[in-house]
Amino acid sequence: MNFSEKLKDNIIYLDGAMGTQLQNAGLGVGELPEEWNVSRPEVIRGIHRAYLEAGSDVIYTNTFGANCLKFGDRTEGVVSAAVRIAREACEGLSDRYVALDIGPTGKLLKPLGDLDFEDAVSIFKRTVRAGAAAGADLVAVETMNDCYELKAAVLAAREACNLPIIATFVFGADGKTMTGTSPEAAVAIAEGLGVSAVGINCSLAPSQMTAVVKRMLKVASVPVIVKPNAGLPEDRDGATVYSLSASDFARDMAELVSLGARVVGGCCGTTPEYIARLKAACAHIAPLPVTDKALTVISSYTHAVYFGENPVLIGERINPTGKKRLKQALKEGELSYVLGEAVKQQERGAHALDVNVGLPELNEPEVLEKCVSEIQAVTDLPLQIDTSDPVAMERALRRYNGCPLINSVNGKKESMREFFPLAAKYGGAIICLTLDEGGIPDSAEGRVRIARKIIRQAAKYGIGRNRLIFDTLATAVSADSNAANVTLGALEKIRKELGCNTSLGISNVSFGLPQRDFITASYFSVALSKGLSAAIYNPYSDEVEKAYRTFMALSGRDKGCGEYISFASSVEFGTVIRSKTVENVSGEGGLKYAVIKGLKDVASAEAKTLLATLKPLEVIDGYIIPALDEVGKGFENKTIFLPQLLMSAEAASAAFEEVRARLNPSDNSKGVSVVIATVKGDIHDIGKNIVATLLRNYGFTVYDLGRDVPPERVVEETKRTGAKIVGLSALMTTTVPNMKETVELVKRECPWAVTVVGGAVLNEEYAAMIGADRYCRDAMETVRYAEEIERSLN
Amino acid sequence: MIKVLNGRLERIDRREALHYLGLTAKDIPEEQTTKLLDECEAEALRAQDLRAVYSIYDFSADGDELDLGFAKAHSHSLALNLAGCNKIVLFACTAGIGIDRLIAAYSRISPSKAAAMQALGAALVEGWCDEIHGMCIREYGANKSRFSCGYGDLPLTLQRDIFAALSVTKRIGITLSDNCFMTPSKSVTAIIGIKQNQG
Repeated sequence: MNFSEKLKDNIIYLDGAMGTQLQNAGLGVGELPEEWNVSRPEVIRGIHRAYLEAGSDVIYTNTFGANCLKFGDRTEGVVSAAVRIAREACEGLSDRYVALDIGPTGKLLKPLGDLDFEDAVSIFKRTVRAGAAAGADLVAVETMNDCYELKAAVLAAREACNLPIIATFVFGADGKTMTGTSPEAAVAIAEGLGVSAVGINCSLAPSQMTAVVKRMLKVASVPVIVKPNAGLPEDRDGATVYSLSASDFARDMAELVSLGARVVGGCCGTTPEYIARLKAACAHIAPLPVTDKALTVISSYTHAVYFGENPVLIGERINPTGKKRLKQALKEGELSYVLGEAVKQQERGAHALDVNVGLPELNEPEVLEKCVSEIQAVTDLPLQIDTSDPVAMERALRRYNGCPLINSVNGKKESMREFFPLAAKYGGAIICLTLDEGGIPDSAEGRVRIARKIIRQAAKYGIGRNRLIFDTLATAVSADSNAANVTLGALEKIRKELGCNTSLGISNVSFGLPQRDFITASYFSVALSKGLSAAIYNPYSDEVEKAYRTFMALSGRDKGCGEYISFASSVEFGTVIRSKTVENVSGEGGLKYAVIKGLKDVASAEAKTLLATLKPLEVIDGYIIPALDEVGKGFENKTIFLPQLLMSAEAASAAFEEVRARLNPSDNSKGVSVVIATVKGDIHDIGKNIVATLLRNYGFTVYDLGRDVPPERVVEETKRTGAKIVGLSALMTTTVPNMKETVELVKRECPWAVTVVGGAVLNEEYAAMIGADRYCRDAMETVRYAEEIERSLN
Repeated sequence: MIKVLNGRLERIDRREALHYLGLTAKDIPEEQTTKLLDECEAEALRAQDLRAVYSIYDFSADGDELDLGFAKAHSHSLALNLAGCNKIVLFACTAGIGIDRLIAAYSRISPSKAAAMQALGAALVEGWCDEIHGMCIREYGANKSRFSCGYGDLPLTLQRDIFAALSVTKRIGITLSDNCFMTPSKSVTAIIGIKQNQG
């Protein structure tokens, strides 16, 4: 019987601690346990054998930290020795399995840490390849604090071998992993990546795991693993002992097995005795069957969102179609605008966000990948990745930290051939459009037929219908009076006859009509009553929010109507036209005052008022710039401090947003544009962001390349944009050489541009030494310098 | 015996945070700044996930050659700090990854909140260090000041030994980059000497 067969109907017993055993055998402080695979194989073999004799079906190889970060070129040798030793220990025993143990790298992945996702995948792949070649039966990814790293490890295992993969996370007593992942999201992510079993290990005692195990059992369609510590470590006469005895451990574990845990063992502090007792305690318990929960689920790195119960609201604002301002932001790499849209939609109540960056002039795979990871840095909402380019889709799906929503597949052969393999590999739910080579059928039956076809085809890729969300295509009722009837008819049939979830891009229905929100909102209400599971919508529409809130109350989902009441009391009497509450600035007022005081909302409202009578440039030159100058001077004279300077800059940005909406491209105030970046190896970007914000406030076009930017990229962008100024920031002494390299490359390749540098470790002398044209102490000085360059060109 | 500790602070030292923002003790923050810090403090306190790991070691010195019990080191500054000590407490602590997430998020959308969160995060972990320090005094009689890698001539690379000795990454989730920077960024490791028979 192989491991997968055994897993089907049996309780599987794993082993217990390796580290604890090695310390007892004399492993020194700071000594790498995996070294013993080579230097003392007999000790490792003895530990394995003891666990096997105690009844372990599966033993984990001594490879927890056996990766190339620690072992370099010796990795393969250490890993294959470990597998060989484990295999030797199994000799003479039947149906015992060697699990290649994969622990965390010890580094945190970007964007919070410094390890790139793909580098993590490569690191894990080396270990997996060596272990699989040496004869492991399965891969056990364990002790993961971070679901993103778990994703890298599982992907690596899937790509480097064909073995079954089991995976466990570390949860705290608060029911979350250290990086904030809930049990439901953990299951969604791991199952989406195709693991054979998922669960929890380390950190807690068995009884402390009960809540997390229950939550996992409720949603998991694969067996659940539990591998706890032997209680908590205690100091007994100077020695570390764990609080639970083997029999207490076994008793508590038996309860978890009764609940349905199917793969069980021990972590820190457990010994062969614990496993023997555990097995004895569970001998009378019949393994509970594992059922397919057939859930439709997506997740971010923190939480899962299910389709089918409550309607899911998916924000549509990150899609350049018909949005001039977003187009411009995407073209100029002004990610802060895109990220602002993400945050605003979350604040307005979206449950997930659509991300579409399809513009002909952009390198879509690159921009989509970047936007997905940047958006995940500002919001914990699950993302719907929206592209028709399979290359862009795969890059974004790989990077995405969570269980994705794919948008979209349709009934065309080519579409299904391109996208289903991606969905099979990366998991998640899939929006399926009911159209095919023949176009959009004009009858409900025609659309349902396509849905059936898609279900059949998806099954061939192992994708169940529970993962498909059908979009029966909302089209403009102004062009075809029957449009809404057909769409909603198809929707109802798919929901009732096929039992699948549904979604609509509701805004499309009102295209070409006045007061579009009225039509859209009513359409939404009707669709909800016919079983709509999700809507791609405009979170800024008060009418749509009203339709949603009232539906929730009327359908009994909003218990006690509490949410409806708080919504209703937040709107003006009898209307849903809400204006943002603007702070009272008591007598004093005006845009200048708002900018100086750093009042964002007031500044934006004041700018709007001024723009009714003044030209955009008059507002900039007469109000925004003088206000900024005043704040800037105050900062230089130390009468105003950094937080105030920054708040003023943000208020100015808010005002500038209003101005920009009315600005013709021809009167774009300044001729000089600036390419700005934090240099390679450096991940500090607050200072750089401040400079970018202030430069934009003063009317300069800024191409912000972000942080950790290689010299070649800076040159490429400077050439592309013809920028006259290249601004570079570095905060660590270790990255100053990279700044020097960038400056030199810019000088050589882009002789028309001047370089200006800044950052905590720099000063005038240093700047001169690395060949930069100018050192600027802070953001204001950079603005003055840019103005100088602007003047010199006129 | 290596011990792990979780904690929670009710407030963050405002003066300390203002200091990180460049205000001296006599500077009075603007009204909007106070508002900004109030808002961000509430968020930071919600996001805090205070953890620490610590242990006690024997200490001996031969001039500037130090045997710290968990590693050997060469440092004149630490030798001075630990003069007369025969034991040390070593600890690592963090304010948690949630603070880093907030800093990362705000650095993309609001420079003022990013700066405020940086300052408050630093003040938060400082406050957490004070708690741990207090506990080390009570539990072990640790009576010297805190000393961290990078102070004086104590090399940053000692971080690697500290991480190995306390299994910092496994126990409380702080990771160490190749150039010895810690993530979560609001984390501290330190040595506190115990000087017996004073006077």
